[in-house]
Amino acid sequence: MTTVTSNELTPEQVRDSKIYTQWGLTEAEYDLIVAELKRLPNFTEAGIFSGMWSEHVSYKKSKPILRKFWSTNERVLQGPGEGAGILDIGDGQAVVFKAESHNHPSFVEPYEGAATGVGGILRDIFSMGAQPIAVLDSLRFGELDDAHTKHIVDGVIAGIAGYGNAIGIPTVGGEISFDNVYAGNPLVNVMAVGLMDQAAMQVGQAKGVGNAIIYVGAKTGRDGINGASFASAEFSTEHESDRSAVQVGDPFLEKLVMDATLKAVREHSDIIVGIQDMGAAGLLSSSSEMAAKAGMGITLDLNKVPQRETHMTPYELMLSESQERMLLVVKRGEEQAILDLFQAADLDAVVIGEVTDNGRYVLSFNDEIVADVPIDFLTHAPKQDLPMAEPKRLAAFTADQYQPELTDVKQTILDLLAQPTIASKASLFRHFDSMVRADTAIKPGGDASLVRVRGTKKALAMTTDVNARYLYLNPRVGAKMAVAEAARNIVATGALPIGITDGLNFGSPDNPEVYYELDQAVAGINDVAKQLNTPIISGNVSLYNETDGQAIYPTPMIGMVGLLDNVDHATTIGFKQAGDAIYVIGATQDSFNGSEIQKMQTGTIDGQLFGFDDAAEMAAQTLVRQAIGQQLVASAHDLAEGGLIVGLLESSFAGHLSFNVNVNLASQYLFAETPSRFVVSVAAENSAAFEALAGGLATRIGDVTTGDDVVVTTTTEEIVLSREAAQKVYQESISWQLKA
Amino acid sequence: MKAAVISFPGSNCDFDMLYALQDFGVDAQIVSAKENDLTGFDAIFLPGGFSYGDYLRTGAIARFSPIMSAVTQAANDGKLIVGICNGFQILTEAGLLPGQLLVNATPGFICDEVPLRIANPQTAFTNAYDPAETMMIPIAHGEGNYFADDATLAKLEENQQVVFRYEENPNGSAHDIAGIMNEQGNVFGMMPHPERAVDAVTGNIDGQNFFKSILSGILARA
Repeated sequence: MTTVTSNELTPEQVRDSKIYTQWGLTEAEYDLIVAELKRLPNFTEAGIFSGMWSEHVSYKKSKPILRKFWSTNERVLQGPGEGAGILDIGDGQAVVFKAESHNHPSFVEPYEGAATGVGGILRDIFSMGAQPIAVLDSLRFGELDDAHTKHIVDGVIAGIAGYGNAIGIPTVGGEISFDNVYAGNPLVNVMAVGLMDQAAMQVGQAKGVGNAIIYVGAKTGRDGINGASFASAEFSTEHESDRSAVQVGDPFLEKLVMDATLKAVREHSDIIVGIQDMGAAGLLSSSSEMAAKAGMGITLDLNKVPQRETHMTPYELMLSESQERMLLVVKRGEEQAILDLFQAADLDAVVIGEVTDNGRYVLSFNDEIVADVPIDFLTHAPKQDLPMAEPKRLAAFTADQYQPELTDVKQTILDLLAQPTIASKASLFRHFDSMVRADTAIKPGGDASLVRVRGTKKALAMTTDVNARYLYLNPRVGAKMAVAEAARNIVATGALPIGITDGLNFGSPDNPEVYYELDQAVAGINDVAKQLNTPIISGNVSLYNETDGQAIYPTPMIGMVGLLDNVDHATTIGFKQAGDAIYVIGATQDSFNGSEIQKMQTGTIDGQLFGFDDAAEMAAQTLVRQAIGQQLVASAHDLAEGGLIVGLLESSFAGHLSFNVNVNLASQYLFAETPSRFVVSVAAENSAAFEALAGGLATRIGDVTTGDDVVVTTTTEEIVLSREAAQKVYQESISWQLKA
Repeated sequence: MKAAVISFPGSNCDFDMLYALQDFGVDAQIVSAKENDLTGFDAIFLPGGFSYGDYLRTGAIARFSPIMSAVTQAANDGKLIVGICNGFQILTEAGLLPGQLLVNATPGFICDEVPLRIANPQTAFTNAYDPAETMMIPIAHGEGNYFADDATLAKLEENQQVVFRYEENPNGSAHDIAGIMNEQGNVFGMMPHPERAVDAVTGNIDGQNFFKSILSGILARA
């Protein structure tokens, strides 16, 4: 029988006041708990069920869909279910990666929300035994004409910089875009990539009766109490008190924890049974999930938990989301070596409990049992099969493609370059240390970033991508396009795409239309992932991205990693030399619904999304990879938002060279966003070999030039644009709009 | 040549420096800031990072590390002491170099590659560079704005202690100062990161001559 800590509601008061509903438990779920325990849960027990059964921890609502993800192939060493997924990259090495969202905290407290997002995902990586080598950020904000959005942008950028720069893991890439639907629900998705020897692989399991549960890292405070439940509810502008659910980060402490954990893995892998970071639902979820995965029980003495505030209750200790904490399971009798190692790094390291064989989750506090529940029950929230319905808007969209209105094409191009989603984000990325560790071979600003694997010829390409406007118009095809574009980014460096992590950002799953979007997005991701042989090995779900009933666009961020065998073949987007021939790979079609030019000219997006041709996509990617592999290509850039003209200009700006092309299309097609296209440049001596390889897939449109002007001839006109003037607009637009 | 790279809690460029030195064939090793003996080392490198989190003033806590008395001793013995970024900040806090690094003129961390000019080609840190050369060296700091009073600045100029200057001042540093040395010429600090510009894979090798300069100086002395 469990007892009650003073000043807390009694079990009867918990039942009668229904306080658990404020923590996100439903009455039906509460009744299930009573039935299973055959008694009323006390305050602490009701609290731990609310944390473990929150959507953020249990994925109870999204799981039926997430199970559909394709996540196995010959490279997969670890799929979904652990801190991060792991892929074989040869030579006994492995790449580890995962994405995580910190959307809700970043809206309430942008700096700390974003900072702790970086900290949390890094712990997921090093808890697997891997050295983090890179971070990427996928960010979505409201439009920049809004003062509150500017405040959020500043805070999020500073928070990522504050944490990532200090801990010394380079922020090498990611993407940022802006749309009104994110004004009340910004998205902060952080992807981290790590590198490890396969022999060092760790998992979060608590095996072996009597083995010690060791708490290491920061002390536990009252920050982020029940943050998981907070992340599993919609926002309302009436609830400003949500602020207390945001954690505070300390990158210095995390660096000590990271270095000590990796040292422990290197030196004591024989006695470490499992490692797990304390993320959502803190000590509670890390300890219970480790035991559940091993089919064991666990007992913890909460008086031993290092605390930085006084009079903390069991409820607070278990549900605190204080940062920079890890849980280790270590062989009985061998604890001292681990304790010594962490204490030598000036970190708290304490045995707080042990593994048991009775399958129960038992917490004691002040010599009393304050919780005693079956672990299997605690860690398996009742599944919810939710209804889905095709969004009504989809049936209402007309098939006709938007037709750009062009009176002054030159001005339209300049206006497009100034759009925040198109304009260079360098003024924001400049705040991130992209070069620390001295392995960054392709820095932010290209298609994918590239990080060399020191001591080998290998390099890892990495990118994040999704155009949520496309998903809004067609969730399934839009998701396919997101995976395809991420892969084009990887391929443009010369690398082979090898795997995916995702950040599924959606509205409330209780809305059947949103649930349908989630289901279709997962299906679309699978469609293309299978063709690319890029399994989805990890990911994150963030639901309830709604404020006052306004949902975001369905935004499944695709994080992709690629492997380049020879880093000397790395290819960048910038033109390299005047006289090189410029080719477009892939056909340009009437693809304007959901495009940047539609948004710019009409203020909205509308109509049926244009099509996606799987075979054309694979053919274009194969060609680019082969051509780079044979060293025929001087530059390669995928075409995306803004279409061909933006792609050409970006290659031109990056290479400080101009171009003269004849596209043999009407001017409006310069802005078409037809997928499955690249722009490449090829040195004169390689053009015959390239054309032979390309067959009919590539069209030569002109040359790289040294002039001050870029020249584009269409079937309707000749457009002459000062490169310097265009580049100024492209480079400075974000700064202007943030300052305005 | 035997080199020590000091690892303070929170240093994060210690291995970048170690690898760069090893690439040039230097017998280099990491030495914890908790140690207190540097005998046997010819050169000592204080790397970049955020020592002790730099939550107070950059370098203000690191200067009290046990290793710093050994660093001071080595400096007095005439050994080469090189502080990069946070290492430069620690050297000014420790009083081994004059002046102070303030918050950037436009507050905020900046990561970029910036053009540097050689202010004094006759030093242990620049002798391998073509004096007329402009090199691009990475910067990554939020507090790199070099400040000293007018008398100190005048003295630095008079003694040719300014070693590198920014061509386009990114942080508001007085006299465009990117790197300085002490009067004896054996203690040196700079905010930019030459150790990030030694390997062609990263697209920049402009830092190579910095290491070649140090090596040739040490070899000449031996």
